[in-house]
Amino acid sequence: MSVLDRPSSTPRESPPVDVDIDDAPRQLRRIEREHIAELLGSAFAALAVQWLLLARLLPMEGAPAAVLIWYISFLVIYRFVAAQQHGKLAGKDRLATVVLWSFGLIVIGALLLIIGYIVYRGAGNLRLNFFTDTLKTTGPLAPATEGGGLHSIVGTVMQVGIGLVIAVPLALITAIYLSEVGGRLERPVRFVIDAMSGIPSIVAGLFVFVVWISAAKTGYSGFAAGLALSILMLPTIARTSMEMLRLVADGYREAALALGAPRWRVTWNIVIPTARSGLVTALILGVARAVGETAPVLLTAFGASVMNTNPFSGAQDDLPLFIYKQVRLFKDAPVDRAFTGAFVLLVFVLIAFVSARLIGGRARARR
Amino acid sequence: MTVELAEWASSEQGEDTPRSIHQELLPADRLYQRITRGAGSLSLFLISAIGLFLLVKSWDAISTGGLKLLTDRNWAPMAPVKELGVASLLFGTVLVAVVGLIVAVPVSIGAALFLTEIVPRRAKGLFVSLVDLLAAVPSLLFGLWGVYFMAPRVIGLSSFLNKHVSWVPFFGGKQSQFEASVFIAGLIIALMVIPICTSIMREVFAQAPPAEREAALALGGTRWGMIRTVVLPFGRGGIIGGTMLGLGRALGETIAVALILGNVSPATWRILGGGGSTVSSAIALTFPDSDEFGISALMAAGVALFILTLVVNLVASAIVSRSRSGQGVEL
Repeated sequence: MSVLDRPSSTPRESPPVDVDIDDAPRQLRRIEREHIAELLGSAFAALAVQWLLLARLLPMEGAPAAVLIWYISFLVIYRFVAAQQHGKLAGKDRLATVVLWSFGLIVIGALLLIIGYIVYRGAGNLRLNFFTDTLKTTGPLAPATEGGGLHSIVGTVMQVGIGLVIAVPLALITAIYLSEVGGRLERPVRFVIDAMSGIPSIVAGLFVFVVWISAAKTGYSGFAAGLALSILMLPTIARTSMEMLRLVADGYREAALALGAPRWRVTWNIVIPTARSGLVTALILGVARAVGETAPVLLTAFGASVMNTNPFSGAQDDLPLFIYKQVRLFKDAPVDRAFTGAFVLLVFVLIAFVSARLIGGRARARR
Repeated sequence: MTVELAEWASSEQGEDTPRSIHQELLPADRLYQRITRGAGSLSLFLISAIGLFLLVKSWDAISTGGLKLLTDRNWAPMAPVKELGVASLLFGTVLVAVVGLIVAVPVSIGAALFLTEIVPRRAKGLFVSLVDLLAAVPSLLFGLWGVYFMAPRVIGLSSFLNKHVSWVPFFGGKQSQFEASVFIAGLIIALMVIPICTSIMREVFAQAPPAEREAALALGGTRWGMIRTVVLPFGRGGIIGGTMLGLGRALGETIAVALILGNVSPATWRILGGGGSTVSSAIALTFPDSDEFGISALMAAGVALFILTLVVNLVASAIVSRSRSGQGVEL
């Protein structure tokens, strides 16, 4: 990662062949005024074409169709403009640059649209009672501001907590094995972790259902959901923490060994403290993956509309299940309530993500 | 240790035979190795156990369904005459995933190239973080967004394509319910897959040998020429591997697809209208009110999905790791 993120020194533009040599340093990345004019002109021309096509010729509706047609006509027009202004090769380069920019912006734009829409639909109905009430007395026709998700938040915290308690020690020790000890099992274990990080979450739910709920006849419980979540978290945490342990410079290990430290002390007193913030990042990434999972929890904790503080017996809710079940009621107020839940979930995930970034970023900066 | 070494040196002085290097471990270290190895093998054991249990449990459904499992088009484990058309579910799963990848792969390649080659250096960290953030958004929220924001806006395009471009084999037909279509599910899947594909491709593109990049530029090539002749050929493994990893994620996606497709119905080739469902969404949608046989049928479908994604993911990680191992190439 670190090698990749280093700003490359690659020159980005080929120097033009110039006969009279100018002594002033050439600006490599200046945005020319004519360049902007070309882009704006093409964009405007494309707007006109799009209006002509949509309003006069094609019976298409909706914003996506409009944007699509505008974009295609923009590319076609810009292609000719750039080729005429800069020649064939440079024109192609300009066109490619514009296309690549737009791909990048599509991805960012989609992210902002999703976050924006969920905030827009969900934040308005958020009242304090979302954090203090359950759905015990809230029917499907009650207004969206009534009722709350306290039972779901409690369930989420319990299930993710149980998952963490199970997954973190196993994942950390597996990561230490892969990075510090090694041996004959190293390859198969890494292989299995790669394979496990790709298993569909619903399969983890099915597995726990078969082994725990159906075979051991324990019934739905928050603990079962914690088991399923731990199966999902284990590979994520193990993989990330293995990479974080690998980042610890070998010189530290060798120095400690040369001073006569036993191997376990090298790991415990040197490697783990050095990689601590990276390991915290790995943990938070695991939590971020688990907290948004719906399908495995549906199969193991089943969901409930009342508070259940005992994770070992009886159905329990969690935040994604709360959202899912409210949406599946197909009525306006529950859907609005689902968006409120989605907003809360999104805020949780954003907090987890940003703190992982901050802690991980600090770790990277210190190296 | 030093004392031993000194003794050895004085006793064996003058002899030139190579000494065998053997390291004696402390008991504590041996324990440490044993514990870590134990944790490793526990992880190893867990996944084998998952596969094994699912296989055993689905045996019931497989032995009832027999060969019809692969040929039936209907999925009705609850009906009096049980029908277990896993084939139809698998077909729907692959169809949704393929539609998603057709959209996601070009966008991911473009976004990865954008992040490695084009983006201004100062904004790079921000853009990379945002793409990673997209991967952290729970799939349920993608589903909600797809149902309530995207679907109503895309159905205009869908019905237009359905009416006027019906010569494309996947389009056309007498369609209704444009908002609950494989097409829209595929679009949402694409959004979920894009950050995964992009980050893999970005890593591999960034490893394109700098000497060859600079050579291409020094020969007078444009930036796009350099991308086309150096970065893309070098990153081919990353493109394939990233696509496969995306496919693995797309095949297993559950809740977003369940929200969009809404119910379980036989899959068709026509992707623009309602109909079709995937293995995982069928499990999520029919599980809450399944009887014992229904559950073992779902299990059979789950096993099929498990095997499919396992194969896809293993091939993908093999390809990615092979293309990564070429990073030492220097001129």
